[in-house]
Amino acid sequence: MKQGIYTISENTRLAEGIYRMVLSGDSSACTAPGQFINIKLDGFYLRRPISVCDWDESSITIIYKVLGRGTEMMTSLPLGTELDVLTGLGNGYDLSKSGDKPLLIGGGVGIPPLYNACRQLIAQGKKPTVILGFNSSADMFYVDEFAALGADVLISSADGSVGVKGFVTDVMKDLDYTYFYTCGPTAMLKAIDAIAKTSGELSFEERMGCGFGACMGCSCKTKYGNKRICKDGPVLVREEIVW
Amino acid sequence: MVNTKVNLSGWEIDNPVIPASGTFGYGYEFADIYDINCLGSFSIKGTTLSPRFGNPTPRIAECQRGLINSVGLQNPGVEAVIAHELPELKKVFNKKVVANVSGFSIEEYAKTCAALDKEEQVAILEVNISCPNVHNGGMAFGTDPIAAAEVTAAVKEVTTKPVYMKLSPNVTDIVAIAKACEEAGADGISMINTLLGMRIDLGSRKSVVANKMGGFSGPAIFPVAVRMVYQVYEAVKVPIIGMGGISTAEDVIEMMLAGATAIEVGAANLVDPCACKDIITSLPAVMEKYKIKILSDIIGGAH
Repeated sequence: MKQGIYTISENTRLAEGIYRMVLSGDSSACTAPGQFINIKLDGFYLRRPISVCDWDESSITIIYKVLGRGTEMMTSLPLGTELDVLTGLGNGYDLSKSGDKPLLIGGGVGIPPLYNACRQLIAQGKKPTVILGFNSSADMFYVDEFAALGADVLISSADGSVGVKGFVTDVMKDLDYTYFYTCGPTAMLKAIDAIAKTSGELSFEERMGCGFGACMGCSCKTKYGNKRICKDGPVLVREEIVW
Repeated sequence: MVNTKVNLSGWEIDNPVIPASGTFGYGYEFADIYDINCLGSFSIKGTTLSPRFGNPTPRIAECQRGLINSVGLQNPGVEAVIAHELPELKKVFNKKVVANVSGFSIEEYAKTCAALDKEEQVAILEVNISCPNVHNGGMAFGTDPIAAAEVTAAVKEVTTKPVYMKLSPNVTDIVAIAKACEEAGADGISMINTLLGMRIDLGSRKSVVANKMGGFSGPAIFPVAVRMVYQVYEAVKVPIIGMGGISTAEDVIEMMLAGATAIEVGAANLVDPCACKDIITSLPAVMEKYKIKILSDIIGGAH
């Protein structure tokens, strides 16, 4: 974990209620896809934990969804605004377990952390398949970006306005893969766990206090003992999860 | 040069800044980002006789200038604290700690304190009779002067370490509870724990935290804490560790003027992991600004 001041160098709308923000500053604490950052906002007491979509040597990219007053306020922050951010939080995905044909499954605002995972897997010569699930075409984002990385991209939407009508599991059930990585709503994670053919890693959400393991606000029970979603997670391996 | 040393029942600490129990874990998370040996001391996560998972999640609700938590005393139990947490802590922290203890019966408080009494790393016992997040215990002992005195007496019997009773603000008359603890032998008072609070989500029309209610802390409660410390200082002779929303060096001085000998920082650690370090760093300059040479001289200075 590192604390630093970051400058907003991009803050653009991608889809209905979905925004991408690029924060310029030290990214050295980012060590694995699936980690998150925790942003302090003027007028709000707790920080906003947001998963990292991608990073390079001098910037961190996040994609956030407007869910409350804090994220609403983030959409109005102009370029050049300085933010106090904690970076390098959480464990992230272990890409060494992927095998040759990993499956990446993202639902809605759970999609962003899979982007860097996909980029790294392709750089390692792996052949990832990506399933992106949306409610409708209006909230669709990053399909072209994943395709541009060179991944096979499959889409589902609950209302059938784009891709397969239904859920990510309706696409997933017919595929072969060596391992899976996923992030999305808990109901989606549970449905994936019910039909998955291999081991895999699932990233969970919880209301957090501190975001770095101090307050025990986001604890969960696992087969390997009590864990803190913010510090020992947000990624849990399939075998340890207690639903 | 200013002098920031304070003395709690014969235990001298370099400065009065102590991270509050439950907001600092066992110190390792913070030791990752700064050398925590700059702290006066710190109060370890509330320890019970048996391991506890705590309450269901969500356990956190944001508020104006604060938060509600309903963690519910999650901890690995006193045996694991002694066997694992204290030795691990020793690697990153070379000072003595405040051992925060909670319980569900007078016997349990006594057993946990007796176990910690043998630990050299523990300077004082901070007995929590004020947790708002557990049923059949915790705060039940802190809202009745007779029960508070019984816990105090039972703990005093099993330890030679100073015993500080941690009081709840969720009472009609905190002075009566403080006096009952002092009369039963308490060496000090630690106050205040969180205020019982609640937030309701407008969409779901349900409480934000799963346990419905939780403890409200943060800068919003600071004036309440200052008032209560001020009142208790007038009524007892034992030292007070003051806490409740402290976030700056100015807050430290204000709390000491109200009557605190040392202070604890809670919620601020969760928002800003360097909060305690920053307070300690800025304390000398703030002391100079207010013409304070010896910090302990100002204890109760507002009376």
